[in-house]
Amino acid sequence: MGLGARHLEANGIPTVVIGSARDIVEECGVPRFVFVDFPLGNPCGKPGDLAMQNRIATLALDVLEGAIAPRTTVQAPEVWADDDGWRDRFMHVGEDNRKELAAAGAERRRHQDDVRSRRAEQ
Amino acid sequence: MTERRRTHRSHLSYIDKSREYYSASGYEQPYGWATHDDAPFAALAKPLSECRVGLVTTSYFLPSDFVYEVPSDLPRVPDARPVDDVEGLDNQYLFWAKDETHTDDLGSFLPITQMQAMVDQGRIGSLSPRYYCLPTQYSHRLTERRDAPQIFQWMVEDEVDVAVMVPL
Repeated sequence: MGLGARHLEANGIPTVVIGSARDIVEECGVPRFVFVDFPLGNPCGKPGDLAMQNRIATLALDVLEGAIAPRTTVQAPEVWADDDGWRDRFMHVGEDNRKELAAAGAERRRHQDDVRSRRAEQ
Repeated sequence: MTERRRTHRSHLSYIDKSREYYSASGYEQPYGWATHDDAPFAALAKPLSECRVGLVTTSYFLPSDFVYEVPSDLPRVPDARPVDDVEGLDNQYLFWAKDETHTDDLGSFLPITQMQAMVDQGRIGSLSPRYYCLPTQYSHRLTERRDAPQIFQWMVEDEVDVAVMVPL
């Protein structure tokens, strides 16, 4: 999405990105970015929380209107949960699951190879 | 109120997380994310209250006979749909925290309702009659040379002034 924002902006359409993967968006380098520090999936606000969704949409418009330079990041003051556990759980890699991850990856590659050979034969 | 302190940066690095996860899954070559030192900047040509807003999502539509076997089966093509055509908008094959949350509420990832309210309040001039699906691609080139120019073309046709873009 960052590359898309850069393209639109370079062609004269001001953009604002609302997202939760801060490093990916900031490395790409976009004109305006509203960072919502949530698990990936609900950057516009928690499901069912219309008040929060309206606050984030309002902030995005404020940033669209008020940014004075590219690479402007504003963090929405919203909190996903009192418990920060989601940060560790997502794509967790540790001694407890290394074997399972390696096995699942090998299984995925086998499956992809099978599909590829079956289709090549068809 | 208890004073809060941290010993580590709280924001996740998805670049680091995904690299370590796929490495542990046996994929040798890490993905190369886009990176730039500079970024373009276009000032608003008129007040936001007179601007037409276009919404962009990484969610997508799949053909009704679609069968998923491998990631390369996903069509990954840009799309433009009327804002009332959201039935079937899908994101199950995108990278997001499926164990933590859900995307059953459209407003949590595509702010159509919110922007319609902004129109009613006079905060923005109008909402584009269409929203735009910009697919997530492995290839930067495909986004830069095919998909983003297509979205731009649609926005020109729809007289969009500014874009609100939401990757999942």
